[in-house]
Amino acid sequence: MADGTLQVGFETQGSAVVVTPQGEIGYSEATVFRTWLRKAHDAKTPRVVVDLAKVDYMNTPGVATLVESLQITKKAKSRLILCGMNEKVFAIFKIARLDTVFEITPTVAEAIAKP
Amino acid sequence: MGAAVRAGGTAAGGVVGTIRYHQATGAVTVSQGHATHSAAMQDAQIRVDLLSHPTYIGGVRELVSSICRRIGFPELCCGQMALAVDEALCNVMKHGYEGREDQPISIGIQIHEDRSGAGHSSIRIVIEDQAKQVDPKSICGRDLQDVRPGGLGVHMIREIMDEAVYEKREGGGMRLIMTKNNPSQGASCRLPDAGGGQTNG
Repeated sequence: MADGTLQVGFETQGSAVVVTPQGEIGYSEATVFRTWLRKAHDAKTPRVVVDLAKVDYMNTPGVATLVESLQITKKAKSRLILCGMNEKVFAIFKIARLDTVFEITPTVAEAIAKP
Repeated sequence: MGAAVRAGGTAAGGVVGTIRYHQATGAVTVSQGHATHSAAMQDAQIRVDLLSHPTYIGGVRELVSSICRRIGFPELCCGQMALAVDEALCNVMKHGYEGREDQPISIGIQIHEDRSGAGHSSIRIVIEDQAKQVDPKSICGRDLQDVRPGGLGVHMIREIMDEAVYEKREGGGMRLIMTKNNPSQGASCRLPDAGGGQTNG
């Protein structure tokens, strides 16, 4: 069986790690996504940026991995910034009342430059 | 019955599925393996029987989204309807069947399509399983002030749908009945606030 449709990019830009998932983050893919987020936290940079511009779809298992990631960054006194969400993905955060819990910006550049 | 098409090949070790067109009613039945349907499914024009493997969720999601689009639901709402069904299936697979990937799930979709152009369409989606039974009153969304991973699926379903009712099935398993009226006629649809933007923190 296929393991899902998610591909994940990972790079360091200055003092930030930028994680770039591409595809869908559903029930099957959330585990893979979590592994990459853990890797980003292991880099111990002051901020982790997750660029969701190429994520077509996300459900609550995907959202849960980001909540878990947020908790890790808060404990480590670093920051998790989400960016590039399309309207459908952003709507999930709004329904879950998480749009005010996460730091969210339109682009990676703004996430990295955010004071 | 007008026609029955049985698809060959294997998925998760089984037959891919059987597609039947019921000429008298115009109903299409898509089934995997052999299933009998409950009374709650009898009014469904479309029925899908699948195994509890996560790979099949995407296909169901696309089916639901496509149907909602065809009966005139707004685009964003079509995606949210698909999300609600996705969340319900995830819950069955994760909590009901505890990760077992070869268990039966049945989905019935009943459409009330308004052909007058007034947009009074609605959809009723029934999901049945044969998983362990739980008290329907215990199935509720968690307090969103408590920010932690997990527990959001039921909240999503209840926010997106006009009605979502869980019940125990006679003889075992659970049933979820979800209904939604076309939001363009004034029913709620959780759209992001206009001009809300994506910058905060």
